[in-house]
Amino acid sequence: MAKKLLLEKDHVEGIRHFDVYRREGGYAAVEKALKMEPAAIVEEVKKSGLRGRGGAGFPSGLKWSFLAKPEGVPRYLVCNADESEPGTFKDRYLMEFLPHLLIEGLIVSSFALGSNRTYIYIRGEYAWIVGILEQAIAEAKQNGFLGKNILGTGFDCEIYVQRGAGAYICGEETALIESLEGKRGNPRIKPPFPAIKGLWDCPTVVNNVETLAAVVPIINMGGEEYAKIGVGRSTGTKLISACGNINKPGVYEIDMTISVEEFIYSDEYCGGIANGKKLKACIPGGSSVPILPANLLLTTAKGEPRLMNYESLSDGGFATGSMMGSGGFIVLDEDQCIVRHTLTLARFYRHESCGQCSPCREGTGWVEKILTKIENGKGAISDIDLLWDIQRKIEGNTICPLGDAAAWPVAAAIRHFRDEFEWHVNNPELCLTQNHGLAHYADPIHVPA
Amino acid sequence: MVKFSEDKLKEVQSMIDRYPEGKQKSALIPLLHLAQEEFGGWLSAETMDYVGSLLGIEPIEVYEVATFYSMYNLKPVGKHVFEVCHTGPCMLKGSDDIIGYIKSTLGIKVGETTADGMFTLKTVECLGACGYAPMMQMGIDYREHLTEARVDEIIAACRNKQQKTSKA
Ligand SMILES: Cc1cc2nc3c(=O)[nH]c(=O)nc-3n(C[C@H](O)[C@H](O)[C@H](O)COP(=O)(O)O)c2cc1C
Ligand code: SF4
Ligand code: FES
Repeated sequence: MAKKLLLEKDHVEGIRHFDVYRREGGYAAVEKALKMEPAAIVEEVKKSGLRGRGGAGFPSGLKWSFLAKPEGVPRYLVCNADESEPGTFKDRYLMEFLPHLLIEGLIVSSFALGSNRTYIYIRGEYAWIVGILEQAIAEAKQNGFLGKNILGTGFDCEIYVQRGAGAYICGEETALIESLEGKRGNPRIKPPFPAIKGLWDCPTVVNNVETLAAVVPIINMGGEEYAKIGVGRSTGTKLISACGNINKPGVYEIDMTISVEEFIYSDEYCGGIANGKKLKACIPGGSSVPILPANLLLTTAKGEPRLMNYESLSDGGFATGSMMGSGGFIVLDEDQCIVRHTLTLARFYRHESCGQCSPCREGTGWVEKILTKIENGKGAISDIDLLWDIQRKIEGNTICPLGDAAAWPVAAAIRHFRDEFEWHVNNPELCLTQNHGLAHYADPIHVPA
Repeated sequence: MVKFSEDKLKEVQSMIDRYPEGKQKSALIPLLHLAQEEFGGWLSAETMDYVGSLLGIEPIEVYEVATFYSMYNLKPVGKHVFEVCHTGPCMLKGSDDIIGYIKSTLGIKVGETTADGMFTLKTVECLGACGYAPMMQMGIDYREHLTEARVDEIIAACRNKQQKTSKA
């Protein structure tokens, strides 16, 4: 069994409530942290090697150390619970079943950063979780862990839950801040970064739910001990939400030493491909990261087993690798159509583009249209090249990374599955009723000696 | 006329109190949710203007926001709104078949409302339930692991509830 730092207690009866959570050792991190210097907490997080769990994997301690601290200006911590990247549903699990773990992490982090008013920005559709979080906040407050003069230390802190209203782009941190200010979720041009000018123009840190929850074990065990779990720069544990054609979809906490093969096939995790089918492809880190065919997913281009961690998943760059991203692990079996799947993602990005930059607004529309043509047997070979060209023109030419996120899935699908796109073009009738199947996508990789 | 009850106005005030002095515009998104719930499941121009007046902001500031976010309905919807997810992970688990089944069962297309005003069918993008696919949102609840039989049950339950409330 892998070591669990976050979900260890998720099945304890009543763990959603303060009394049970407290009896199980909860809020010890707050008691410990509030006796420390805020800067020392930031130092522990640095030592832990924790990397942002929202998708970008930026070192959290370093991010915290960038926070500006001008005299007399409030600072804010905002928890990003927007969780809208297709394939990702881990933050939901954590908030739904262990709300106090997040609240505890938020109190410690608020103290470390000097935030007296902390917001949880949650996607609007997770409406029922708002009540769960507000209940946990009220309980923490009744017990003196929130509000004025927490545990007699003189530190004041309130946590508020803010519901979004349906917009993936509000997961991007500057769009989130705009939304929290009661506006459209249009990302801001950076710099200035939120650490200097964020919410209401004040210094702000935005972190993912899982990142902030991980601060609890880091304080409890110490940053150095935390850094011993995992491998290389992939320290600690990571939540993976697994979905698609597997036997056991769900949320798993892994230590980042296991292989992708073990994750997919062992009964402890995904339990293998459903209905006895074969693995065709997988998007290992949420819809924005490159899709990989089975052979490159399980084995790197160097012929080594691929592991479930930041370095190994991105081994080979975009040519032969992918990314850890948000941990949204989407598995496709041999019966699935890559063109169709890519089309649903293209539609998603077109729908979610905020429309500020022409390459993203227009490009995502074009990509969807051309993919629709190909999927319906009306495409030409030149359309495949056109798709490639369009995605190249979106990438890197936009205000926020949604443009890249829309380009990458298309690029990777063409890079690794061009045969399948061509098969659609060359079999305009057949492709309406049949799929290209597994083809050669699972063939073993031969590494030249 | 559109107006919150005294109780709801207290709720509005507590929403505004979550933000620093002068930053009440931040309450706009939560307030629009409340208004949509209270005033018939959608946001009319009158409702939006009223929300603006509560926050002391211009009507255009409200329209800008109401048109940006997908959860706000800008025209009337049925009593029960089925919002079925059809993004990649749900598609892999047969969401298109579920959408097709709902269409034929209710006799409406995506975006339409049944003649009796009971049901509206919409498609939506990933709702963070990919592991429990196929799924749909109904009001504030999620209905997951959908099958044709589950859909039948859900529709029957909605109709039953309707009969009971109209009898009472
Ligand atoms: C289009 C887009 C959507 C994003 N969605 C999310 C999200 O839903 N949740 C999240 O935590 N981060 C999301 N991010 C990343 C955030 O911008 C930000 O990097 C993150 O919240 C930082 O927290 P972390 O360092 O703890 O990961 C998104 C980024 C982009 C460009
Ligand atoms: S890249 Fe797309 S989503 Fe991001 S700011 Fe530009 S138009 Fe908006
Ligand atoms: S794809 Fe349907 S809930 Fe995520």
